Amino acid sequence: MGSLPQKMNVQVKTPDAAEIRERELLRRVQAGETQVFYELVKPYERRIYTTAFAILRNESEAEDAAQEAVLKAFTHIEQFRSEARFSTWLTQITVNEALMRRRKAHSEIMEPIGEREEDDGTYTPRDFADWREIPSEVLEKKEIRQKLASAVATLAEKYRQVFVLRDVQHLSIEETAEALGISRASVKTRLLRARLMLRDLLAPGLGGAWFNRLPFEKGTKPW
Amino acid sequence: MVVNCEHVWQEVSNYLEGEVDPTLRAAMEVHFKECKHCTAVLDGTRNVVQLYGDDRLLEVPAGFSLRLQQRLAQHSSSSRFRGIRPIWMMAIAAAALVAGGLALGSATVFRHPELRSPLAQSPHGVPPNLIVYVSDDSRVFHAPGCKYLHRRDDEPAKQMSASEAMKQGYVPCVRCLRQYLSAGVECPRPSTLSTQWAEKRVDGLSPPPGL
Repeated sequence: MGSLPQKMNVQVKTPDAAEIRERELLRRVQAGETQVFYELVKPYERRIYTTAFAILRNESEAEDAAQEAVLKAFTHIEQFRSEARFSTWLTQITVNEALMRRRKAHSEIMEPIGEREEDDGTYTPRDFADWREIPSEVLEKKEIRQKLASAVATLAEKYRQVFVLRDVQHLSIEETAEALGISRASVKTRLLRARLMLRDLLAPGLGGAWFNRLPFEKGTKPW
Repeated sequence: MVVNCEHVWQEVSNYLEGEVDPTLRAAMEVHFKECKHCTAVLDGTRNVVQLYGDDRLLEVPAGFSLRLQQRLAQHSSSSRFRGIRPIWMMAIAAAALVAGGLALGSATVFRHPELRSPLAQSPHGVPPNLIVYVSDDSRVFHAPGCKYLHRRDDEPAKQMSASEAMKQGYVPCVRCLRQYLSAGVECPRPSTLSTQWAEKRVDGLSPPPGL
């Protein structure tokens, strides 16, 4: 039994050349050369959008929140201290912006899965179907992508945030904890729950149902 | 070490992260070989992580970058005079006001004595040998008998010539020596104005004889 992926065991590390370039851009922006600010943000565009989307679950709201987060980062760039990672700082601003909008909108009508459950680290899987390895080609199908996105959207916010930052955006456990302002232990507990809940949600479909061409064999219609 | 299913479920995520100690890892691997359900949980969880880790899953909307750059450009140009800069601009404005005030308070008056009150003009045509009186309490010289000569009772008034008094920096009394004060005609004070004349700072006026 091997453990996951290279991605799982490797801490996300920006190449040195990229780090040096980022520091130089930061220095220039903080010295007043604000026109290069976009270059600083560009590598993290996807991250800020998906972070906002994970919280708001709406494309246009997520884009607006992502833009606003970038503008706030621009306005307060002088407050950024180099002991933190710029990407983490930017993610924190995005999380705060999206949460603020969400609280204002009161958009959550239905209680999502796991909202009332405690972070005690226990979760009992509901489905023990044997999964084959899912080929990544399945993601070429828009329908499958939509189903996966919908499944994440059903998670309670605290699980969804951790899952998106760690498993979708590949932040380390430490970076996720820092961005959300929670402990490392909480990140690990919520991550476990999110993964197992998603597994339960997706098991029937990814176990085969989504890949069968027809739910019924020809001539065996139930009516 | 032996682990049961509940223990495995609690640690399956950490197992995938590589964050369990070697003893527990070994025990879990033994358990996976024997337990079909836990193997299904492990495989399913691994599939979830791999699928959601794919960049194709959540795509940034088309045109996102362009719209972000446009908004940033708008914000940047509008904040030029209100965002980051106001504090600096206020500081600069305050400094300019202080500097301007100092300049008005010094340069204008000292460089353009004609802007003073007529009564504050420098003396003109005072007879050099005119006997005048001065005291230690002021920098004004007076004609004999002037009631505005202020001095302490125990201090006798000093007597000297007008030229000597002006040389020492005294100025005529605006009451008893009013006739020697006329606006627009300069008779510089010995210490300050002579220097200014020398530097040609006083425009439109000829330096008095002797300077």
